[in-house]
Amino acid sequence: MAVKTRRYSARDVTILVIGLGVAIVVNVGLIWGPTLASVGLSGTGWNGIGPIEWIGGRNYHDLAAEYPPFWSAVRNNVLWLGFLGLVATPFGLFCAVLLDRRLRLSRFYQSALYMPVVLSLAVVGFIAQLVYSSDYGVLNAVSGLSVDWLGDSSINIWVVMVAAAWRHVGYVMIIYLAGLKAVDPALKEAAAIDGADERQAFFRVVFPTLRPVNVIVLVITVIEALRAFDVVYAINKGRNGLELLSVLVTENIVGEASRIGFGSAIAVILLVISIGFIVTYLSQLFREER
Amino acid sequence: MAQRSPITRRHLLLGAAATFGVPAILAGCGSEAPAPAPGRPGGDLGTVTIGSNASDEIPKKSLDTVVKGFTQATTRINTVDHNTFQENINRYLRGTPEDVFTWFAGYRMQFFAEQGLATDISDVWQEIGGGYTQAFKDQSTGVDGKQYFIPFTYYPWAVFYRKSVWREKGYTPPATLDEFTALARKMKTDGLIPIAFADKDGWPAMGTFDILNMRTNGYDFHVSLMAGKESWTDPRVKQVFDTWRGLMEFHQPAALGRTWQEAGQSLAQKKTGMYLLGMFVAQQFPEADRDDLDFFTFPEINPAYGTDSIDAPIDGYMISAKAKNVEGAKALLKHFAQPASQNIATGLDPGTLAASSQADTSGYSALQKRGAELVSKATHIAQFLDRDTRPDFASTVMIPSLQSFVGEPDEIDSLLKSIEQQKANIFR
Repeated sequence: MAVKTRRYSARDVTILVIGLGVAIVVNVGLIWGPTLASVGLSGTGWNGIGPIEWIGGRNYHDLAAEYPPFWSAVRNNVLWLGFLGLVATPFGLFCAVLLDRRLRLSRFYQSALYMPVVLSLAVVGFIAQLVYSSDYGVLNAVSGLSVDWLGDSSINIWVVMVAAAWRHVGYVMIIYLAGLKAVDPALKEAAAIDGADERQAFFRVVFPTLRPVNVIVLVITVIEALRAFDVVYAINKGRNGLELLSVLVTENIVGEASRIGFGSAIAVILLVISIGFIVTYLSQLFREER
Repeated sequence: MAQRSPITRRHLLLGAAATFGVPAILAGCGSEAPAPAPGRPGGDLGTVTIGSNASDEIPKKSLDTVVKGFTQATTRINTVDHNTFQENINRYLRGTPEDVFTWFAGYRMQFFAEQGLATDISDVWQEIGGGYTQAFKDQSTGVDGKQYFIPFTYYPWAVFYRKSVWREKGYTPPATLDEFTALARKMKTDGLIPIAFADKDGWPAMGTFDILNMRTNGYDFHVSLMAGKESWTDPRVKQVFDTWRGLMEFHQPAALGRTWQEAGQSLAQKKTGMYLLGMFVAQQFPEADRDDLDFFTFPEINPAYGTDSIDAPIDGYMISAKAKNVEGAKALLKHFAQPASQNIATGLDPGTLAASSQADTSGYSALQKRGAELVSKATHIAQFLDRDTRPDFASTVMIPSLQSFVGEPDEIDSLLKSIEQQKANIFR
């Protein structure tokens, strides 16, 4: 039995090389190259100028055992994720459900809630300072308190997360609103005829049909939590209770400090955390498609 | 101790390219866009380019005016935002730097000179050296004994107050720590917040640490502590933090949420009694109130050292190692060293003093005259914590640590232990 081999013409090969090659070069050069370089650099001590020295896992030991900002950053990143995921996102869904019921002035509420989304988080950071500053802030002036909202490291992360959530709620709301509009009203009617009350109709019928939207919202929430940077950087450069992993990477690598090996080690930790979420999400996705 | 094996640059070339891709582009944006200042036709030394961090209005105008007086070469100034310039200095000096660039004296200068990123200007110093005191020359000299820096202006740190408030309440400048504490206590009973304080930006608290350390342990200890040669768990360092903790009740509360500008405002508005800061605090005072501003040097703590040291950071100019027009750049540095050039700057910027000892002080404001007098009395001039030590130690260790002390002044022992561990990781 003759084995049939497929022959490629020179033109096919050229197209293959160009088509695949460009993609591979871009992928390796912009994604895998820098990633592996960061992993490699994280095992070195380098100030950006002098010789690079291989120091093995010492950067990881130093940051876990002897760099206090690291653990506050990990804690803050987890808090950030938890707050956005468990408070801001459900609240955005709640707003979307209310608005979907065509309240009076619903257009107005919709715009008011969506407004912060057009602001960059850095701008949200500046607005947060106007609200929370202990000397001239609106909050202390109106409430008569004299709390140092941004300076007290036990509370500042919470008020900053509220500011970040202010923007996140509008974002989530608009996505859910679009999803809710697309739900077939016949489903709700059928549920009502079967004797389901409002709550049951929502949780048993409407919410499950929103599944694709839920996945998008979940991904957005995780991304927002891991890339959080600008809001704290605008407020106090991400120090004193507002540490985040992204800020520590920048502080160590980009700043005058140039502890490139050390900063890369923090970046690798952030990478590992991100990969954990990405793998979970992708495996979930592939399992469904199968 | 882990075995260290050197890695050649080639191995991690890709890594370097990747790591620096984005910052290099950012830095490139800064350095390739020429500032609006048009090239001025000049003498026969070609074109000299200047990389400047003078992005604020007054320093920018003063540099423009000084450079206008330089006729031997055409000049082109590239102004970059002050903090951006500082944060990108590594990449800037290794990329395509201008011939002459603004920088700071002391350890911060030596660090880059040691890496071979600056041009030796000892020959310039032979010509202009007579205009500077030995202290300024020392601050311009690298660890190899050669000069790399031309001092231009500087500003002292002291305790500032409003004369009208003090006259009204009958306060007088304290000479010892006990008198200082007594004064602060009196201010408190008079309804004033005794010591204005802010540390949101992280660096102002370094000024307080520096002065308490130099008053308690002397200038030499400051230098070796900053160079990483002393232990931070040393009882002498603990003594500094103990003294500071004792003064904390007189400091303006909620300091970590406040900028120095806001604290300066509180002094101007007579809500606080005094403020330890650089002379630039004058910027927060309206023109009409500036004559009401006065200062005293931080009082004596240890009689062995009296008040012999102060922080007085020096700003100036260096030539990059990659300068294209070294001849022109050296001529420009000689121009910056002229007392007349420095007087133009001190005339425009009331928060600075001329570095040259031959500068004309008759045009100084009352505050500048007092500042010059204070510096001339000091035996030792320090450059400020973040200029006297490694930049990575100052920014990634000292800023968070001092902020943590300000937040929880009672946790001294664990804090010092943590600083010492991190110091050991950086200075190795």
